[in-house]
Amino acid sequence: MAFLELKDVCKSYGSARGASRVLKNVSLAVEQGEFVAVLGFSGSGKTTLISLLAGLLQPDSGTISLRGKPITGPGSDRGIVFQNYALLPWLSALENVKLGLDQAHRDWSAERRREHAVKYLTLVNLGHALDKKPGELSGGMRQRVSVARALAMEPEVLLLDEPLSALDALTRASLQDEIDRIREQEKKTIVLVTNDVDEGILLADRIVPLTPGPDATFGPDFHVKLPRPRDRKSLNHDEAFKRLRNDVIRYLSGMRRGPSLSRDSEPEVGEPRLAFEVSG
Amino acid sequence: MTAKTATTTAAPRMAPWVRRLVTDDPIGSLKKLAFRLAVPLGAFIVFLLVWTAAAHQVVTKYGTLPTPAAVWHEWSLLLEDHRATRVKEREFYAEQAQQITQLKRYVQIAEAKASTATTEAVKLEFAAKAANFAKQAQLAERRRFSSSPTYLDQIFTSLKTVFAGFLIASLTAIPLGILSGMSRTFQLAISPMIQIFKPVSPLAWLPIVMIVVGALYRTDPSEAWFEKSFISSAVTVALCSLWPTLVNTAIGVNAIDKDHVNVARVLNLDWSTRVRKIVLPSSLPYIFAGLRISLSVGWMVLIAAEMLAQNPGLGKFVWDMFQNGSSATLARIMVAVFTIGIIGFLLDRVMLLLQSAVSYQGASS
Repeated sequence: MAFLELKDVCKSYGSARGASRVLKNVSLAVEQGEFVAVLGFSGSGKTTLISLLAGLLQPDSGTISLRGKPITGPGSDRGIVFQNYALLPWLSALENVKLGLDQAHRDWSAERRREHAVKYLTLVNLGHALDKKPGELSGGMRQRVSVARALAMEPEVLLLDEPLSALDALTRASLQDEIDRIREQEKKTIVLVTNDVDEGILLADRIVPLTPGPDATFGPDFHVKLPRPRDRKSLNHDEAFKRLRNDVIRYLSGMRRGPSLSRDSEPEVGEPRLAFEVSG
Repeated sequence: MTAKTATTTAAPRMAPWVRRLVTDDPIGSLKKLAFRLAVPLGAFIVFLLVWTAAAHQVVTKYGTLPTPAAVWHEWSLLLEDHRATRVKEREFYAEQAQQITQLKRYVQIAEAKASTATTEAVKLEFAAKAANFAKQAQLAERRRFSSSPTYLDQIFTSLKTVFAGFLIASLTAIPLGILSGMSRTFQLAISPMIQIFKPVSPLAWLPIVMIVVGALYRTDPSEAWFEKSFISSAVTVALCSLWPTLVNTAIGVNAIDKDHVNVARVLNLDWSTRVRKIVLPSSLPYIFAGLRISLSVGWMVLIAAEMLAQNPGLGKFVWDMFQNGSSATLARIMVAVFTIGIIGFLLDRVMLLLQSAVSYQGASS
């Protein structure tokens, strides 16, 4: 049995009659220490998927389990980084990180909890901004506080819900490097939900495309066999990278053009033609 | 790292027009400021002129309506009366202190004589005298200055009462509001009571409150911390003013960012941490908006309650003036009207300041 496993998971919203099924028969097995990127259009149920894994939502049918034990609610074995940071604006960076620690480690001394929080804020390069309020931090820094908050709880699985989608391109790149460094350092099992193909290939061991919802389900796995560390500059000229990128984009855009799909959601994968030009 | 720190606005919070004044184009902003001050001032002067003109037209059994000047004169008389009373009070206590020291000295003398007395009869006589003087001193110490409360005393009583009522209302309404915002069941349970009791006039509450307070508060008046009248006024204020805070708190708690609720769930925060770290801070702006309405409702209710119940305070002052009608009656009541209005305005301003102080900046998370 896999470390983290979804089996035939279905999830709908709304009343029984007018229900819209977001996820249909979703199955996924993640090994311990693996970095899986779930790639999909907006509205394809990515956030629903992460919420299910986090235990914030319960599936209508199917099972979700971690180490063979079913997930019935939120737990400290899973840390989540929200798309909108979800920091508490009235608490400093340090207090935001300490919030969960104070609860989970009552037996620790106050000093130890503080040190623990500082350690993780330093890990995300925010050692200098401990007492800053979220309002005084840039988007990238806020998201790093959010990453530190999740990591400080020392979860076995890190769930990243489009963590970089609200950031500008440069900040995004620097935070991608940071996530890669944290993966290297912390050896966590990570599930990243994203709409950025390059981000997925750069960071993940495996890419799982989510077909556009409703009734979203997983497409075939794309294994990323590129050697680590992956350097974003040289990747651009790497034939294997280009091939993989084209395959994923072709698969996703093919799904989108399918006759049954008349949704007019914005293509966030990037226009395929432009992508080919860049890679060619 | 490419992330750059957002510059923070460290400048102290200032009213927008002050900020404009110190920053750009001082002459232009001075003109704007003059305009802002001149218009309301001019309008007020017009109001006073119209009042003066109209006052002479209305003849009542106490003479014509008082003009602004007459009202102002009455206000200074009331102040004068207050000062005079205070002087009398000081004199009274100075005299009392003197009297007591003198009596105590007599006690000492008598005791000394008693101890040095040669015969038993003389000794007894002086001891009796000493005891007598001591008793007199005790009586003198207990004497208190009494006069009818001055106008400023009445203002102070009213302020004290409204704050007490406001405090009771806040301590009741905020926890109830938080509960009803957090629990759908609780909200459904108390909703009908809120709907029914909210529109009840203070005048209907007052008799009930007075009777209940009278029945329950049986502490001996000489030992009681509070007077009955004070408690019944404060409770009436509380009963009428807790609703805006209650409703607003519930709305504020309901309006919590869904992300923050998720954070609380993911971090497995317990109930009290949730309330302290997430629910309270995020609903604080709503709570204070409610408190602000509550305080102004409370102030209006208090005056009515004091009038009806003859409880000390500005309301009683107005009622007394109305009852012992004299040529000064109308002018004095108008002084009270202005006092009530100005205090209400100031209370509202203070609450507004508090409200903006608790609304954290950069509300986006």
